[in-house]
Amino acid sequence: MKTNNITEEGKKSSFSKVLEVLKTMASKPSGFIGLSILVFHITLALISPYIAPYDYKAIDPAMMLSAPSSEFWFGTDDLGRDVFTRTILGGRTALTVTFFGSLIALLWGGLLGIFCGLVGGKIDDVVMRVVDAFLSIPWILAMLLIVSLLGTTTEVLIPALGFFYGKGIVRVARAATHDVIAKDFIVSARARGHSNFSIMWNEIIPNVRDAILVEGAMRWSWMLLGFSSLSFLGFGVSPPTPDWGLMISNGRGLMSFAYWSVIAPIVGLSSLIIGINLTADAFAKALGIDRATKAPV
Amino acid sequence: MFEIIQNVKNLSIGFRSKKGEEILILKNISTNIKKGETVGIVGESGSGKSTLALAMMGYVKHGLYTIGGKCEFNSSNLLTMNSRELEKIRGRKIAMIPQNAGQALTPNLKIGYQIDEALQLHSNLNKQQRDEKISELLNKVRLPSPDTIALRYPHELSGGQQQRVAVAMALAGKPDLLLLDEPTTGLDVTTQAHVLELLKFIAKDTGTSMVYVSHDLGAIAQVSDRIIVMYSGEIVLEGPSRSILKKPIHPYTFGLLKSIPKLSLAGLPESMPGSQPQPGSISRGCSFYDRCNFSSDKCKNNSPDLEYLEDLKTSIKCFNYKNLMNDNEVNQNVKKINTNSQDKEILTLSEVSISYAKQKLLDQVFNKITDDNPTVKDININIKKGETIALVGESGSGKSTILKSIAGLLRTKDGIITFDQNRQLPSDLKLRNPNELRIIQLIFQNPDESLNPNHTVEEIISQPLKLYFGLKGEELKKNIIELLEKVRLGEFYMSRYPRQLSGGEKQRVAVARAFAAKPDIILCDEVTSALDVSVQAAVLNLLQQLKEDFGTTYIFVSHDLAVVRAISDRVAVLYQGRLCEVGPSKDVYQFPSHPYTEVLLGAVLEPDPDIKPKLVAEDIVEEKPPKKGCSFQGRCSRIVGDICKNEIPPWQLTTSGNSIRCHIPLKELQKAQII
Ligand SMILES: Nc1ncnc2c1ncn2[C@@H]1O[C@H](COP(=O)(O)OP(=O)(O)OP(=O)(O)O)[C@@H](O)[C@H]1O
Ligand code: SF4
Ligand code: SF4
Ligand SMILES: [Mg+2]
Repeated sequence: MKTNNITEEGKKSSFSKVLEVLKTMASKPSGFIGLSILVFHITLALISPYIAPYDYKAIDPAMMLSAPSSEFWFGTDDLGRDVFTRTILGGRTALTVTFFGSLIALLWGGLLGIFCGLVGGKIDDVVMRVVDAFLSIPWILAMLLIVSLLGTTTEVLIPALGFFYGKGIVRVARAATHDVIAKDFIVSARARGHSNFSIMWNEIIPNVRDAILVEGAMRWSWMLLGFSSLSFLGFGVSPPTPDWGLMISNGRGLMSFAYWSVIAPIVGLSSLIIGINLTADAFAKALGIDRATKAPV
Repeated sequence: MFEIIQNVKNLSIGFRSKKGEEILILKNISTNIKKGETVGIVGESGSGKSTLALAMMGYVKHGLYTIGGKCEFNSSNLLTMNSRELEKIRGRKIAMIPQNAGQALTPNLKIGYQIDEALQLHSNLNKQQRDEKISELLNKVRLPSPDTIALRYPHELSGGQQQRVAVAMALAGKPDLLLLDEPTTGLDVTTQAHVLELLKFIAKDTGTSMVYVSHDLGAIAQVSDRIIVMYSGEIVLEGPSRSILKKPIHPYTFGLLKSIPKLSLAGLPESMPGSQPQPGSISRGCSFYDRCNFSSDKCKNNSPDLEYLEDLKTSIKCFNYKNLMNDNEVNQNVKKINTNSQDKEILTLSEVSISYAKQKLLDQVFNKITDDNPTVKDININIKKGETIALVGESGSGKSTILKSIAGLLRTKDGIITFDQNRQLPSDLKLRNPNELRIIQLIFQNPDESLNPNHTVEEIISQPLKLYFGLKGEELKKNIIELLEKVRLGEFYMSRYPRQLSGGEKQRVAVARAFAAKPDIILCDEVTSALDVSVQAAVLNLLQQLKEDFGTTYIFVSHDLAVVRAISDRVAVLYQGRLCEVGPSKDVYQFPSHPYTEVLLGAVLEPDPDIKPKLVAEDIVEEKPPKKGCSFQGRCSRIVGDICKNEIPPWQLTTSGNSIRCHIPLKELQKAQII
């Protein structure tokens, strides 16, 4: 028989698939810029302890609030600490906490959403009500409550942030599952007698994975902002750990005469958020997903 | 004498591929539309027929662009107009009716309001004149009681009524040219016949030119004066309707007409091998070369030009058309199907009723279904081992519902389903054991929906093999390859994803998956409706071959009576979830028959201008089956009175073993038969 004219290759290894997605993402300027910023930040976070010129805790009253110079590139803060050192180190905690926080959000939000979409009916109704109820609590108040009860260690922050940012993922995962569940290949699997678990694992997850990952990437940037706000309010990481939120909070009173102590962390934080956002958008486009809504919380 | 209103000159439309190549969707098309004529454009999906129709109203789909040529409407090129100029023409001079009119109407606005908007936009009438006009338009498209229809919302109308409203709206601007893209696809046979009849009437009455785009030669045959046949972005044949359908001189059209099942012929039509090439894949030679039975060496490297034959008033793009001119008519050879139906019953439905009604809490607790007027009721059918039994009926008649119940996807309200004469099948899937699940497999209408887009062909076919037989490794692979061979696909398809397959290939994979379970019974729900005609025959032939090889029993649901005629041994006709007639297909397709069967048979559209549909009953859609009496009483033109309204008609057995459920005695039924 004559074969089909479609010349595309068949199944590809997951590695080459990832590579292809990355290539597509980098082929558009915005995706390229986003990816570059993200890679830059991650690399910096990895190597900064080795390249930092000074000790981030070293206080030098003599050098308080000195302007940028060849000795202190970004100047010093009110305790005489080197702002450059603290800026390049200041993304480490934020990136780590929010990265793992997003993973947790993805995991529980994704699984619960798929579960609700799959079982439907009463259980779905009840779970979604509860999720909605949580959605209506201002997250920052709840976070403040949690950290003031349990402390501001990363062991508390990661699951707490993961929990609050997972709610939105539940909705996306549920909606994506609903779309898939009506398809005949699910009916077909049901009729063959596959278990619910097998249907979820083999039929649903491969089809909703992309949508959930994109949502997770989007949530990551929001979580970063949330985490930094907590630090800013004094509920994130505790001093003297270098952290952008904390640095901005410290330096904001001195802004009129020592702008350098806040400019660097602000640039660091906003560029990272923009980088993640652009990357997530490019990621969505590369996977062919239309993101109708920007993350609301 | 005939004024040309739309002139397409050397039109090429295409897109740029990811690699930067220019890929043509339409290749150098030239044709024209004259005033008052109806032109049918046929072609399979992807042949470019819709792109051409859209270009005729100056619209080029997003992602495509005009590479060359023009579309002149009243001598001005639509493709170079700005949107302001186009606005003046679209809706007024040229109107379009899309395939799914239900979706094109705004859901939250009343019908009358929507037509009024169209009138305000396209005419200068005042309020009162417009109101009159709305009535007039709704009357013209033969909607019952126009004034009440105007106050309804789109969802309160049936599919056929929505399509009529779309026609009324298109007529609001008094267009000179009406473009219809698959206007009746998706409608029921009876509705389709009525809508086509209406369109024909309107063309005659208003003198509007129409361009009718469809993949369905049967529909095209009913309305068109002239037919354009497209293949792979080119016009391959163009000429008067009658001669194209009766004496097709192009090998593609010839093969196409041969592959369409006809009501008058039992047995499977010849299939056309292969499928239409993807855009951009043919660089030289005739685009039909791979599938052509008349090809010569010349065709391989040279592409024929579209040649005008003065005596036949036909344009043809083929080197060897003269070889086809000797054949007087399309002689259809059909392969008689071998019935391997045995006497042993394999599946029995007795007194089966199925309800979709929402259950009250109390009933839910006791796991009981109460509904005195269920969607499907009193189904008694004995299905013999090895036979193909078809369920036919209009949309909503409960065909799919019955299949779902047999598969255990939907609980029955009452009744018993027995397998192999003594094993009662639990009505709930969860209570069936693996073997009971294995013996019944399903094939769905649309392979795009029934194959997981993220699984390779190998993964798809391995599912039942792993689930039912626990196969692994080499053995699994060997079985998959065997199954692929059975459905005539090569081993290299294993690593493909569904999106990398053509429609016919996808459906073959779905067939392979069903057979992988070694089932006794396969439920086929409209398995060929989503396929192109040229591919349909091949899939039907494949199904028949497999059935003969494996002794499988098919329960075959279709709305296409000609397809059913081709493949089935026995037919059951359903109306509103109630059986009307059951019997051997050769008898159901002959008379006497049930009044509803007569309506269905009369509405079938054949690709022959001499066979006109006979519209016996109205195409109204009933919401619910009647509570008592005959299920067909609401539409029956033969209704004999109160007895039909109050008493369920008895089964009457004809001499040939056909059962008909009607109050009219058999002899009289035959006498009154119109057809
Ligand atoms: N999930 C559902 N809930 C309620 N009613 C339903 C549901 N599915 C189908 N129905 C109704 O049951 C009746 C039979 O539907 P079914 O799908 O079996 O028809 P069908 O003969 O297969 O039609 P088609 O040719 O359109 O596929 C219709 O009136 C339909 O509206
Ligand atoms: S030109 Fe040749 S290949 Fe093409 S349709 Fe005619 S005979 Fe067939
Ligand atoms: S029983 Fe009466 S209503 Fe029903 S089909 Fe026969 S004549 Fe028509
Ligand atoms: Mg159906």
